[in-house]
Amino acid sequence: MEKRVVFNGRLLPYLLLAPQLLITLVFFYWPAGQAVIQSFLVQDAFGLSTEFVWFENYQVLFSKPDYYKSMLTTAIFSSLVAFFSLSIALLLAVQADRHIKFAAGYKTLLIWPYAVAPAVAGVLWLFMFQPSLGIISQAVRVAGFEWNPLLRQDHAMTLVVMSATWKQISYNFLFFLAGLQAIPKSVIEAAAIDGARPARRFWTIIFPLLSPTTFFLLVVNIVYVFFDTFGIIDAATQGGPAKGTETMVYKVYSDGRSGGDLGGSAAQSVVLMVIVIVLTAIQFRYVERKVQY
Amino acid sequence: MSEVRLQSVRKVYPGGVEAVKGVSLEIADGQFCVLVGPSGCGKSTLLRMVAGLETISGGTCSIGDREVNEVEPADRDIAMVFQNYALYPHMSVYDNMAYGLRNRGTPKDEIDRRVREAARILEVEPFLERKPRALSGGQRQRVAMGRAIVRKPKVFLFDEPLSNLDAKLRIQMRVEIKKLQRALATTSIYVTHDQLEAMTLADQLVVMNKGQVEQAGAPITLYERPMTIFVAGFIGAPPMNLLDMPATGVPGLSLATPVAGPVTLGVRPEHLELSAEAGALAIDLTVTAVEAVGAESYIYGALGGQGPEIIVRIPGRDLPAIGTSLRAVARSENLHFFSRETGIRLN
Repeated sequence: MEKRVVFNGRLLPYLLLAPQLLITLVFFYWPAGQAVIQSFLVQDAFGLSTEFVWFENYQVLFSKPDYYKSMLTTAIFSSLVAFFSLSIALLLAVQADRHIKFAAGYKTLLIWPYAVAPAVAGVLWLFMFQPSLGIISQAVRVAGFEWNPLLRQDHAMTLVVMSATWKQISYNFLFFLAGLQAIPKSVIEAAAIDGARPARRFWTIIFPLLSPTTFFLLVVNIVYVFFDTFGIIDAATQGGPAKGTETMVYKVYSDGRSGGDLGGSAAQSVVLMVIVIVLTAIQFRYVERKVQY
Repeated sequence: MSEVRLQSVRKVYPGGVEAVKGVSLEIADGQFCVLVGPSGCGKSTLLRMVAGLETISGGTCSIGDREVNEVEPADRDIAMVFQNYALYPHMSVYDNMAYGLRNRGTPKDEIDRRVREAARILEVEPFLERKPRALSGGQRQRVAMGRAIVRKPKVFLFDEPLSNLDAKLRIQMRVEIKKLQRALATTSIYVTHDQLEAMTLADQLVVMNKGQVEQAGAPITLYERPMTIFVAGFIGAPPMNLLDMPATGVPGLSLATPVAGPVTLGVRPEHLELSAEAGALAIDLTVTAVEAVGAESYIYGALGGQGPEIIVRIPGRDLPAIGTSLRAVARSENLHFFSRETGIRLN
């Protein structure tokens, strides 16, 4: 028999939900609402007068080719980071799930990068790959490769993708490992007896059974690459060289904060918000159907 | 030919725990062998070593005339039914049964023929398109059996397949497993902790304790002539009465031919008879409890008034009152004597 405690107050459920709702309201809905309002306004350079302009900010935004370029940059950046951080984390989790020596130590070390702040992660990678001083830059130069993320956009993109991926692997690894450990051992043994080699076992049994975790991580990772990678880009490349790594979230910051165009920047954040909402909705609508719970 | 031969098979886990301490067994082609014993006796470990899911630390295991110590589970040509069924939750019943055949590259029409045949035998045809979670425990059990039989393996391995079912279904499935095994004549090894299941299924019954084989043989032989105290106490329900007898004798108990030295005397409840006459064994007991189970009844009594508990099985429902003094006798061929030091049978 399932035991359930039923509370009969009308107030209690609201009280229990209140802290979470309050945080969501103050830190999400309020700023989001502010951004929507702001995106309809134009302010002069000194902040002395504000004018309501309807959709002018959006019109201006979509007439500029550099906005489409930052969309493309974001698409490349986010798909690379999501792909590599998910696949590498899965590979590591599968290895850690086996019975290996020093498993506990191995897992702890893999989780560490998650505790590093994004900006610090960006600086770390920046130092390692700094063209003249960086230890890795020197190494690849010895190998005959001219590495320069300060001048070459593809090198800069590689650098930010690497740092963003490295930071997200820990998080994905944790969830993948927990997901793998939740798969009953006897199911995998049954597959082994049924004649499935390890690779086939992985793709026909483990990967489908892991799909709820993968789906959850896909959603979380998309949100991560769209928003939380700001710190890494700011510390490592500042969106450069020549805006080669300027993702949409970084452009929101540079146009609003450095460029002083608050209305345009607000319009960009609204667009960004809409894109993430649409992406998440698509994932739930189409990908979730294929998920095995 | 697909006999299974184990020669002094040992399992030592890292850390030094010895789960299986040198087991040698021969299971003939088509034979139904049941491994029975209390939990932790090593029976499941032994089965998993035959399956290839555990490495063998010592000795050899062969299936047919091939030693399989280093052979992958997939290449041993065995099928296993797990306690929790271990069905693939994301596949339909059909795909669950077809999976092993697909992995081996069986042609599609052959797979279809075999899956449908197995489904017909096991009466799961109406559920072929369902997912395992939409099935009852008994249906899942049938699918797990189906998955094993479609492959037509050399050996079936069963790891407590009925322990998750309710009592009624368990008896029904037990009969079906036996029938199926007879019909297919496939060598089978079956692990259980239920002695009744073991007795009814086995051609060869193997009682295990503490990683070793206590006794192996036909179930009825183990019942009639248990070679150790452990087997005597494990096989049979209600259990055999086992009495420690010091050389000085026990008050309330008399033997027609006295035995020398300290021994353990065993006598089954069904071999004790309420009678005033003298027998090879006569015991006086005071009734402490009675149980009527229908066709027969059990009398629990204290030997000599306050001694150890004795169980007597009597036919019918004519029960004595609690507190009555009774005399129970047994014939000499129904007495079992065991050494108290080694636990080994003496007579």
